[in-house]
Amino acid sequence: MSDKLQIDGIEVSFLEGETVLEVAQRHQIDIPTLCYDPRLEPFGGCRLCIVEMEGARNPVASCTTKAASDAVIRTSTGTIETYRKTLLEMVMSENREVDVHPLRGYASRELAYLCDKYEIKGTEIEGTISGTSKTDDNPFILRDYELCISCYRCVRVCAEQEGDHAINVMNRGFQTQITTEFDGLLKDSACTFCGQCIQTCPTGALADKKALRAVDEVTDDLFDKTRTICPYCGVGCSVDVLTQNDKIIGIHPAMDGPANQGALCVKGQFAYDFVQHPDRLKTPLLRGDDGELHEATWEAALDFAAEGFRKANSEHGRHGIYGIASGRAPSEAAYLMQKFVRAGFGTNYIDNCSRA
Amino acid sequence: MSNPLVDMQKPDVIFCIGTNMTECHPVAATGLKKAIARGAKLIVADPRRIGLAELSHLYLPLRVGSDTALLLGMAHVIAREGLIDEEFIENRTTGFDDFFEHISQWTPEWAETITEVPAQDIETAAMLYGSSDAAAIFYTLGITEHICGVENVQSLCNLALMTGNIGREGTGINPMRGQNNIQGAGDSGALPNNYPGFQSVTDPKHQAKFKEAYGKEIDLEKGITKVTALELCGDSIHAMLIDGENTLLSDPDREHCEHALRSLDHLVVIDIFLTETAKLADVVLPATAWGETDGICTNTERRVQRLRAAVPPPGEAKPDWWIICEIAKRLGFNGFEYDTPEPIFNELCSLSPIYAGLDWERIENGATDTFNNQWPVPHKEHPGTPRLHEDTFVNGKGIFSKVHYRDPAETISDDFPVWLTTGRRLQSYHTRTQTGRSQGIDYLLPEELLEVNPADLEKWQLSDGEWCKMSSARGSINIKVKATNRSPRGTVFASFSFSDVPVNLLTGSGYDPITHTAELKVCPVRLEPL
Repeated sequence: MSDKLQIDGIEVSFLEGETVLEVAQRHQIDIPTLCYDPRLEPFGGCRLCIVEMEGARNPVASCTTKAASDAVIRTSTGTIETYRKTLLEMVMSENREVDVHPLRGYASRELAYLCDKYEIKGTEIEGTISGTSKTDDNPFILRDYELCISCYRCVRVCAEQEGDHAINVMNRGFQTQITTEFDGLLKDSACTFCGQCIQTCPTGALADKKALRAVDEVTDDLFDKTRTICPYCGVGCSVDVLTQNDKIIGIHPAMDGPANQGALCVKGQFAYDFVQHPDRLKTPLLRGDDGELHEATWEAALDFAAEGFRKANSEHGRHGIYGIASGRAPSEAAYLMQKFVRAGFGTNYIDNCSRA
Repeated sequence: MSNPLVDMQKPDVIFCIGTNMTECHPVAATGLKKAIARGAKLIVADPRRIGLAELSHLYLPLRVGSDTALLLGMAHVIAREGLIDEEFIENRTTGFDDFFEHISQWTPEWAETITEVPAQDIETAAMLYGSSDAAAIFYTLGITEHICGVENVQSLCNLALMTGNIGREGTGINPMRGQNNIQGAGDSGALPNNYPGFQSVTDPKHQAKFKEAYGKEIDLEKGITKVTALELCGDSIHAMLIDGENTLLSDPDREHCEHALRSLDHLVVIDIFLTETAKLADVVLPATAWGETDGICTNTERRVQRLRAAVPPPGEAKPDWWIICEIAKRLGFNGFEYDTPEPIFNELCSLSPIYAGLDWERIENGATDTFNNQWPVPHKEHPGTPRLHEDTFVNGKGIFSKVHYRDPAETISDDFPVWLTTGRRLQSYHTRTQTGRSQGIDYLLPEELLEVNPADLEKWQLSDGEWCKMSSARGSINIKVKATNRSPRGTVFASFSFSDVPVNLLTGSGYDPITHTAELKVCPVRLEPL
C-alpha cells in the first residue's frame, strides 16, 4: 500500500509502517539525528529529529512518528532549527570533548558534524560533564563515558542487533551511566567484543582502542578506506579496511554489506594485524644441502619448484603429483591450482582443505 | 546454504544441529537471535551446552556421534503424527513409501537408547519442526566430521523433504561454510571429482569440454581425495603443491600427516607464514595476504564477492595466482599467461555453468538492485539465485535416503573411557596463524583449556586449572583442565587452535567412506592427572 504526505511543501509517497524520518531520508530530505541508527528500533531520545506536523500542538520526533495520509510536515522551520541548536548546545555542555578523532569509530563524529553544521563553537550553558569514564584493561574497547550523551545506541545495538545484552544503563537523569552488569569489566560481562557499540556511538564515547593506538603514529586525520570481504569464516561480511601510509590501522563494518548489514564479530573487527606482522614471509625459501631453509631468489625457487615436479612426473608418472588448493586464497588461486594439475598433468589429483 | 543469510530472520522453527554458530559464525547467529526475538522457536541438538543451547526453547544434549539416530527418531514421529507434506512429497520427491516403511522401526524410544536424549524431547522436537510451515535447518562440521557424515546430511534432507521445508523463505537445509573462500575453492574445481562449477569429471562431455579449453586430455576417472593422497605419500604420491593450508595442524592424526609429508620427494608450499607445514617443504613461496590481494571469493550463501588489496605486500611476496603460473610456465604448460586476476576469473566463469552470467566487472560492481550475484547465475541477464530448489531440484526429484545408524569408528572402552570432541572458539581461528598474530586476542583467549564437567573431575582425579595427560589410540598430549557445565558428564572438548596443545595428534579414528571427511568430532580418550 502506498500513500501520500507533504514534506516541506513537496508531496511524497510512503509505505505503510514507515516513519516520517524514513520517508524524508528516502526523498533526500536531511533531518539531523543522534540517537538514530537505521538498523535499530526507533528510540526518540535525542529529540534532534523533531519536525512540525500540522495539527500537532508541539513538534514531534520524526523517528518515532509514523507517516500518515495527508500529513503536512515541516522539517526545517526557524523555530525547529532554534530548538535543535539549543539541544545541541545542551549536549555539548555535558561533554568533555566534541571534536573527536574519526578512528574512534564509524559514527564517532556525528555529534561533531552536527555542531559544525549548526555552527556551534561553544556554549553559554553551564554544564557538568555527565558520565564517568571507566578504566577497563581490555585491548579493544575504550569506555570514555565523559563523551556519552545517553543516546542508548550501544545498549540497543548490543541487544537488538547482536542479541548479547551485555551493555546496560545505571541510574537516571543527569546521573545516567552506560555500563555492564554489576558495573564490571567488559570481559566479565556477556560482551563478545564484536565492536558494534564502538561503531554506532555518535560521540566516540565508546571507541576503538586498537585503531587509536595507531593514531599516535599518523600525522593527520586522513585515512583511506578499501571495501573488501572479511578473511575469516564463510559468512562473507563486507568490511572497509582503513589504511594510512600503506599501513592497516583499523576496520569498519560495511553498513551496506549484503551478508552482514553492518555487523561484525571480534575476529573480523579486531584480528587484522596478522597481515603486517613481522613473521610474514618476505622472500622465497629453499632447502639447502645442510637440510635447512634458506632465503632464495624467485628465479632459483621457482626453477627448483618446477624441476621437482618435472622429476616426479618423469620418474613416477603424472599420478605421482598432487595439489591442495586453499580455502583462504581467492578463487583465482583455486582455479589455477586445479588448472595446473588438470591442464598440466591431465589428472584430477587436486583437492582443497574442506575435508579437515 | 539452500537459503540466503537474510532468511535466517524468517523461520518460525529453527533446528540447529552440530553448529556452534554464536562462536563460529557469530554474524550469522545474529539473524537467528532476531528470529527468536520475533517469536521463532529454536531447537538445538549438540553434545555440548553451547551458547545456542542457552538461547534454545528445546535443547537436545545428544551423545557425540549419535546424530543419525536422533534424526531417524524425529522422522519416525513426523510420519507417525501425519505431519508430512503430502503434496510436496507427491510432486517433488521419490522413494517416500520405502522410506516410510523404513522409519517405522526407528522409534524415539529406540533413539533414546543411542542418543541418551529422552524420547519425550525427541517427540517434542519432531512435533515442533514437523508442524511448522517455515522450519529451517542449520548445521556445520558437527554433522559432517563423522564417519557417517553423509548419512547425517541425508537424514536432515529426509526431514526437510517429508515436511516440504525447502525452497521457500525461512526454510531450507543450510550448512554454514567455515572459511572465507572454502565455497569458492570448490566452485573453482579444486576437487578430485568435479571440474569448475561441479561438472563431474566422469562425464565424457565435460572431459571433452575441458580438453578443448585446456588442450589436454584429462582422466575420466575421479582423482583421489587429500586424505587418500596423504595415505599414499612416499608410496605413489611423490610431489605435492600445497597452497595456503597448515595441513599438519588442521588435519587429523598429526603424526601420520607429518610422516606422510616427510616421505615426499618434493614438497612446495605457498603461504604467508612459515607454518608448521611450510617448515617441512623443500621450497616455500611467499604469498600476498588478505588485504594485499585482488580477487574474488564466494560466501556460504553462494554470494560471489570482490576482495580488494588495501596495502602493498611485504618484501617480495607475490599473489598465489602469479606463483602458480610461474611454476606452470617453467614446466612448459600452456594457458598460464595472465597479468592480472581478472582474466583468470573470467575464464573460470566461461567454463562454469553456475558462474556463466558473472564476470569480473559485475562482481566489481557488487550486489545491486538488479544483481545479487548468488550462484547459480546461468546467463548475463540473470540476477542470481538467493534461494535454491524453489520449483525443482537440480537432479529432478528429491530422494529419500534409507539411512541406518552406525557407531563411531571408535567407541569408549575401559582403556579410553571418555569422549573427546573438538571444534573452534570465538576468539581464535583454525591454527591461529592469523588470530595468534593479532594484538589483543591473547587477552580474551590466552591458552587452550580442556572443558570437563565439574562432576567428572573427581572421578578422573583431575583438578580445575591443573594439567592432565590426555591419550587416545594414536598418542598423548598435555592439556590444562577447565571445569565447566558446557561439557556433559563423560564428554570433554578442546579446540585444535594451539600448536602447543596439538589436539589433532589424538584424532583420526576414521573417515566417512564417501567424502573422506575425518571423524574429528569423536575420539575416545583417557584422562590422567600429571
